[in-house]
Amino acid sequence: MSWSRRSRPRSETAAADDAGCTVVHVDMDAFYASVAIRDRPELRDAPVIVGGGHRGVVLSATYAARVYGVRSAMSMTRARRLCPQAVVIAPDFACLSAVSAAVMETFRSVTPIVEPLSMDEAFLDVSGSLRRFSSPTAIGEHLRARIADEQRITCSVGVASTPQLAKMASRQAKPDGLVVVPVTEVTAFLHPQGVEELWGVGEKTAAALHRLGLRTIADVAHTPVEVLQRAMGPRVGARLHALAWGDDDRRIVAKRGADEPEHSIGADETFGRDTDDPDVVLRELLRLSTKVAARMRAAHVSGRTITVRVRFSDFTTLTRSRTLGNFTAVTPEIYATAADLFTGLGLQRARIRLVGVRVEGLRDAVVATRQLRLDERPFGWEDAERAVDRAVHRFGRYAVRPATLLEPSVAPSGQSQAP
Amino acid sequence: MKIRVERDVLAEAVAWTARSIPARPGTLPQLSGILVKTGADGLTLSGFDYETSALVTVPADVADDGQVLVSGRLLADISRALPVKPVDISVDGAKLAVTCGSSRFSLQTMPVDDYPALPEMPAVAGTVDGQMFAAAVGQAVTAAGRDDMLPVLTGVKVEIEASTLSLLATDRFRLSLRELEWQPDQPDLTATALVPARVLAETARSLTAGGELSIALGSPGSGEGLIGFESTASGGNRRTTTRLIEGAFPNVRQLFPATSDITAQVDVAALIDSAKRVALVAGRNTPIRLTFTDGMVTLEAGNGEEAQASESLEATLSGGDISIGFNPTYLLDGLGAITGSHVHIAMTQPARPAAFASMSGTDASPDLDFRYLLMPLRMQG
Repeated sequence: MSWSRRSRPRSETAAADDAGCTVVHVDMDAFYASVAIRDRPELRDAPVIVGGGHRGVVLSATYAARVYGVRSAMSMTRARRLCPQAVVIAPDFACLSAVSAAVMETFRSVTPIVEPLSMDEAFLDVSGSLRRFSSPTAIGEHLRARIADEQRITCSVGVASTPQLAKMASRQAKPDGLVVVPVTEVTAFLHPQGVEELWGVGEKTAAALHRLGLRTIADVAHTPVEVLQRAMGPRVGARLHALAWGDDDRRIVAKRGADEPEHSIGADETFGRDTDDPDVVLRELLRLSTKVAARMRAAHVSGRTITVRVRFSDFTTLTRSRTLGNFTAVTPEIYATAADLFTGLGLQRARIRLVGVRVEGLRDAVVATRQLRLDERPFGWEDAERAVDRAVHRFGRYAVRPATLLEPSVAPSGQSQAP
Repeated sequence: MKIRVERDVLAEAVAWTARSIPARPGTLPQLSGILVKTGADGLTLSGFDYETSALVTVPADVADDGQVLVSGRLLADISRALPVKPVDISVDGAKLAVTCGSSRFSLQTMPVDDYPALPEMPAVAGTVDGQMFAAAVGQAVTAAGRDDMLPVLTGVKVEIEASTLSLLATDRFRLSLRELEWQPDQPDLTATALVPARVLAETARSLTAGGELSIALGSPGSGEGLIGFESTASGGNRRTTTRLIEGAFPNVRQLFPATSDITAQVDVAALIDSAKRVALVAGRNTPIRLTFTDGMVTLEAGNGEEAQASESLEATLSGGDISIGFNPTYLLDGLGAITGSHVHIAMTQPARPAAFASMSGTDASPDLDFRYLLMPLRMQG
């Protein structure tokens, strides 16, 4: 096979052509089990099953346990029969949520367009990140290295031109690997695989396809679409046929994962040295507001409660909030409120260690609407900032930002001199 | 003091005066009182809360002169409940006795000396038909702001330009403009006043009985930011003054677009009914969307996945198709202020304001005496 499979030695150089492969699917390997045993090295090679609880099903099993046929969602009784020597651990959901959120944040450091599918897997659209990383494969390796380093668990990465291919590729990469499906190799990758590997094909659909004598994806691809539509319904039939040829119209939409807090987006910054200069604090509030607003827009949410947090050098912390009349995801509105809240504290040379800006009361931007005012211009900050988002997505976070936040050293030499 | 007055006359006069009594007088308990006073014209009742003063004079048989201050709320409750018989009012020591048929009430009086003097009624500037003025004010106040953080916008701007009187109000999201004819005492009079919208609406409503309504304006520059209204009806003479709001009202007239590309004419009663139905599923901050196309207007609203509604009506359209979203309350407020059988809606773009005017029938030209300008709700993202 000509697509490349690379595993454990992460330093190995990429051989496959990943041009045009802008979709990255990352899937944690045996997530529940890996998290459960990461602090218990004695269980590293032992068969471990995470599960139990009320419903008594297997939530996850290590690869050592999978060898015995233990699978996720299997009843615990059956799993124990298959693998009597397995160590059974109850899931620690608080810990799992924390690891999941941290992993998602790692993804977001690469691209704002992260679509979590569950606690332990996500699609990333990296089309805008290629100026900062040399290639999608480099991004995949970067993520694998960071997650292994920071979370001490492994993951598998699929790199391809469409979400379904990326997901199939990451499945092939398991455990602890990376698979690229080059654009030119799509059919060679897809067609030998069984129909049940296709996106959205579960037991029922697979059985129906088998009844038609269609076992491999190649069989589906070479069946006239009308036949598939007659058998499977017009929509499913057309979709299966398209998928079998690697056509996938699914788009990756940035959103928050189910286990991540939906109600607020915030950022804070600890100063290198405690400061009592209000200008420094206000500039930092502007920087944080810019960051928070951009993240809100990427996640397609807007909010209306703005909270400022100030921690002093003695670690006492103050928070102040204000709720606006309108939902917003616009830097000047967030910053104006944050600055007002900070100024309202009336601090007299208090030494500040950390400031934070947070927006709460979030809702989907699609639902959130804004009552326009008679005295505002038809295209306002909202539109300007969306343009900034696109520039930043392509050229990196320093492409466009408020003039107040420009460092003198960043300006190209000569510009500061008068002509 | 000893007087006899008709029950209905008294009840109406007390109720009208009690409007300007503060609900919570705070440190000035005497403001919770109504000053009852006899005079050559009969009985005078007055109330004052330092913002608004009310003074009514009604005919009464005065046997003995005097003045007394009693709880306005109690006097209003009592006079409203009295049987329909002549009412005798007299002072007995520190008590006010109210007798009507076999009912007898005795009220504690408050010291008259503590009661503040009512502001002088400014000079009358002109007169207007009371009914017409009340209707016009009712239309104008629909757009007035209610946010006390922006006090200027809680007012109605009264602009007088010779025989044209304009009423303007805006809360920054919508703007109403009502123009009407009036009779100024000086033909070339120009004046402006910013009157609290709530007070103006109540005052105008309560002064419709008299026919002619006199409007009095404190001369500008005298520091007397005051507007007064006076009407004389069979029930007596009513005068009220209100302190004006200080500050500059924004120049909003020019916000009405000079031209509009798209116009629609819709039966206003049908549109209101549809909008009310569709608005049932609109959540907070979600719009009611009006799509004008192909001789129809389609109203749609929805609250996420929870509920959706849509409804279509006939409309006479010109210009292109447009789909525009409004806050349902603001839309219904504006439509409710339209007096004709049809509403004329002038639009340019989905993110630009729409101008509403009244029409009598689809063939008529829009009646520009009242115009309501509404900013749309814009979907984000």
